[in-house]
Amino acid sequence: MNGPLAVLTLENFLSNLLKFAGNSETVALIAFLLAAVIHASLLLGLFGGLPVFYIWLERKVAGRIQDRLGPTRVGGKFGWLQTIADGIKLIQKEDLIPRDADSVVFRMAPYLAGIASFAAFMVLPVADGWIGVAAECGAFLILALMSLEVLGIILAGYSSGSKWALFGAMREAAQMVSYEIPMAICALIPLLIAGSLNLQVVSQMQTGGVWNWFIFHDPFAFLAFFCYFTTATASVKRAPFDLAEAESELVAGFHTEYSGFRWSIFFLAEYASMFAVSGIAVLLFLGGWETGIVIPEAVFGGLRSWMPNTPVAGFNLGGYVANLLAAHVFVIKASLLVTLQIWVRWTLPRLRIDQVMTTCLKYLVPISCFLFLGAVFWPLIVTSAKGRPVLFGPPVKSVASVATPSAPSSTIAQNRSEVVR
Amino acid sequence: MTEQLLFWVFAILTCGGAVAVVATQNVVRMAFWLVVSLGSVAALFFLLHADFLGAAQLLIYVGGTVVLLVFGVMLTASGHTIKVQASPAEVMLGSGVGLVLLFVLLFGINSVDWADVSARIPAAGDSPAVVDETQDRHLREQLASATTPEEKAAAEEAIQAVHARRQAGRTVRQLGLSFYGLRPDRDLNQPAGQSLAAGYLLPFEIISIHLLVVLIGAAYLARAKRRATSGPGVDL
Repeated sequence: MNGPLAVLTLENFLSNLLKFAGNSETVALIAFLLAAVIHASLLLGLFGGLPVFYIWLERKVAGRIQDRLGPTRVGGKFGWLQTIADGIKLIQKEDLIPRDADSVVFRMAPYLAGIASFAAFMVLPVADGWIGVAAECGAFLILALMSLEVLGIILAGYSSGSKWALFGAMREAAQMVSYEIPMAICALIPLLIAGSLNLQVVSQMQTGGVWNWFIFHDPFAFLAFFCYFTTATASVKRAPFDLAEAESELVAGFHTEYSGFRWSIFFLAEYASMFAVSGIAVLLFLGGWETGIVIPEAVFGGLRSWMPNTPVAGFNLGGYVANLLAAHVFVIKASLLVTLQIWVRWTLPRLRIDQVMTTCLKYLVPISCFLFLGAVFWPLIVTSAKGRPVLFGPPVKSVASVATPSAPSSTIAQNRSEVVR
Repeated sequence: MTEQLLFWVFAILTCGGAVAVVATQNVVRMAFWLVVSLGSVAALFFLLHADFLGAAQLLIYVGGTVVLLVFGVMLTASGHTIKVQASPAEVMLGSGVGLVLLFVLLFGINSVDWADVSARIPAAGDSPAVVDETQDRHLREQLASATTPEEKAAAEEAIQAVHARRQAGRTVRQLGLSFYGLRPDRDLNQPAGQSLAAGYLLPFEIISIHLLVVLIGAAYLARAKRRATSGPGVDL
């Protein structure tokens, strides 16, 4: 019974659960507060937990690529607990503030970057209806929130009172301001195909098999995925675009003067943002939380419509289990893209700053504009040649049924599979 | 009640941040307080369920304007210019302009017919965050079990009402339509034959081209000046 826009919210679930406790207004308030706390702590767990894994992965992958073993000692054979040990070490470090630094801004800057990165997780759906804040313009909102992270980095670099940090911050500002343009244009292409800014709707339109994924919708969307991924890598300042912290030139760039806990917040934000941009790529191009294989998707659809009676009114147990599995699929897909980013980092050498700007302004911006125009004209061309607006899969005619907030997702899946047959 | 509390928090942050921008003399701290103030305005938009407007506020003002401002300060500032100290004449001029703006805003707020506006606002408690799925399912069951056409119509109407309530705050579609001149809030009930509103697409395009021209002009004015060539064909 999960509609694309509307599901039983946690707040409703809790207020139904607390119904027998009496006064309805108090119940509503308690449910609201509980829902807020649960949502926030779940998101915080995702935001804090994933980077711990990715940092371990980064060290391990980097080790393998450089013909080393990587961490091997802490926590067993594979060094599972290496990140935890690093974290404990970092917390113990002294919180240094240079004499020349603007101490207030210097202290606040890491939190600004961290908050911006965390805010992106609020509007990132991990499964059908599992989203912190269900905004209709979710795709637009998440791009806006991701663009705020640069502010923390610029303020950090500027307030450090160090020339290395200042240079790093200036490079970062120039890079981010430029790369936002092709990134937004590339993200616009699947949104154009879907006709919606709602990330949940965009993801639900890609159910029913790999051929329904927007990356295979048309050649322009296929190229747009790679263009988006390049700009996304640059926008989270990963190598080969990590000019802001180029350690061979700038000591450590914008975080030269930071140590201990504040430094680790910058790192947390960076790895969390890697997951966020990969998650956006998965939602826009790679089918969201669906496996893309027909049989598991049918199983998921069946689970969603299986509703045994539970003591709480409106609670869909089958949908819950399906969503739990779907969330794992989503996280695994996004983690694969993060692994790709790590692989690229340890394979390609760093670009020079002028090459970074040239890549963006002279190549990526025109390419993304061309791809956008192509994606706009593609349905017209295909319709005049083939008589239907898409090559494979169901025509996007079923947008209407998806766009109505009432249509349960299981029906959409059924409609889709019927059209496919 | 929660919304009231959040409104006050963000309203205080907005005004406090704005005052702090004026009160501080350090340009970078000003930028920081500007972020606080503008971000809180975005939060106020989110509280009013104007999601798109809030996101645009974040993207354009916090993510765009302030970043460019700090970037500009970093490129130009050298030691002593970081502190901004206003002379008494500037304070007088600034406060005069500020007062005039305040009066304009007060007159503007006064001239709005609030009774009419509040009649169009959905009733309190109808926040889109509270989606009543149980009610929806109940109504659907009613619709499925309805036998007479009247019952069916009543159930359908009730479902429509629930959906309309859910749509509160979801403004993207309406905004997109009004770009093409379709105003869902006013045009659709007009008699046939009457032309639709002009739409916002053309003004929007004119403004964006204007901004592009300004951007290119600024880049042209600020470019690194080259000295004139010293001889024929020799570019220094």
